Amino acid sequence: MSFDVPPDCRYLESHEWARQENGTVRIGITDFAQDELGDVVFVEVPGQGESIEQHAEFGVIESIKAVSDLYAPLSGTIVSVNEDLIDAPELVNEDPYGDGWMLEVEPADESELDELLSPEKYENQIA
Amino acid sequence: MALRSPPIDHETKATDFGGWEMPVEFDSIRAEHEAVRERVGKFDVSHMGQITVSGPDAERLMQRLTTNDVTTLVPGDAQYAGITNKDGILLDDTVVYHLPERAGEYLFIPNAGHDEEMVDRWNAYRDEWGLDATVTNQTTDYGMIAVQGPQAANLLGDQTDVSLGKLGQFEVTPGTVAGAECLVARTGYTGENGFEVLCPWDETQAVWDVLDCQPCGLGARDTLRLEMGFLLSGEEFHPEDNPRNPYEAGIGFVVKLDTEFVGRDALERVDAEGPDEKLVGIILRDRGIPRSGYTVTAPDGTELGTMTSGTMSPTLGEPIGLAYLPVEYVGDKHPVRVVIRDEPKKAHTRTTPFLS
Repeated sequence: MSFDVPPDCRYLESHEWARQENGTVRIGITDFAQDELGDVVFVEVPGQGESIEQHAEFGVIESIKAVSDLYAPLSGTIVSVNEDLIDAPELVNEDPYGDGWMLEVEPADESELDELLSPEKYENQIA
Repeated sequence: MALRSPPIDHETKATDFGGWEMPVEFDSIRAEHEAVRERVGKFDVSHMGQITVSGPDAERLMQRLTTNDVTTLVPGDAQYAGITNKDGILLDDTVVYHLPERAGEYLFIPNAGHDEEMVDRWNAYRDEWGLDATVTNQTTDYGMIAVQGPQAANLLGDQTDVSLGKLGQFEVTPGTVAGAECLVARTGYTGENGFEVLCPWDETQAVWDVLDCQPCGLGARDTLRLEMGFLLSGEEFHPEDNPRNPYEAGIGFVVKLDTEFVGRDALERVDAEGPDEKLVGIILRDRGIPRSGYTVTAPDGTELGTMTSGTMSPTLGEPIGLAYLPVEYVGDKHPVRVVIRDEPKKAHTRTTPFLS
């Protein structure tokens, strides 16, 4: 089975992705991660205005079978939270890099992104 | 110890369950769960134990080691029962079959990983009591496939010579499925109409292959049984980690105090005094999933008990679970809190089954 690893994202070993978009960065979990978890039923993340710190836990994702911590790929302030996940957490399964995004963050230091895994390295990790 | 492999090659992710390498999910737990509730699904349950008991004292031995009344079973009948120790604590739960066309011979089905322990227990008591019975572990002689759901009779009916319509709840009959000589029982663990097929180990794959429906793993098996409030051995009771008697676990209906069995005297006392705690259904009102091990408190924070199982109910779309709570919490709508990651989440009690 092969998993989608978009070239425009950077990755954490713990299967979160980060993508730069017009000055902000979107965060979510990877296709591999959603497949491992199975049916996602609950996503718990901090609210707008709160800050997150690179490599620290920022929330929790629950599938029917398991609960997993979410780790921040970079530090910054949350400018937007994907409210659609409240009623439709399955979007994380259906479209992990698109409609299943979790947070939009104003980065504290964009150079943190350089420390993340490249698509090639992440693909190698899950191969 | 190496994991035991089922007789079917599943080609999907597997997990250690009672020492067996069993599939967790084939497609998604939700899809598998829905297939069983709405149509039909099949489960490889070959990890369940099979122990046969024969000989002149087989009935006496079964009667004295299980809580239900074995003497009510005519050949071809089955019953649910507890297996308790002297203190009335559940060691396992099981289905006992009085084998069809083999009067006086019994087959019982302990949970995964309990087969050797139960054979030892049966043999030890047989010797202590001087009974004449032969106890045989047939766990790897039989594979077992559950076919469950509203269309189960149609699907299985096309592949067997058994008149499934004539087979009552908890009845078992011999028959062929996919050419294999099997035992077909109208039993299950999902709350749906359905059957469990005991097949010769080497023919289990062929029986599995001929049943053209959604394959289901342990994940869906767990969500389906939880919606019914059925017990999972090791979770709702465990002799060391969570010692519980059948009254606490809500299966007092399989305890027949007018029979003689190990644990009877202790259970008579529990029945007379009433248990202090009982297994209660929980529905979470706040967002979250009430999982095994989470603490349950009163609204004022007083600790009441611990969740033994929990999930997001695929059918109800609500977070459900089971917990042992003081008996005053038995019933519907008693407000409680489930502590999830240090936060008390609003919940209330609910009489099981969750599905009406």
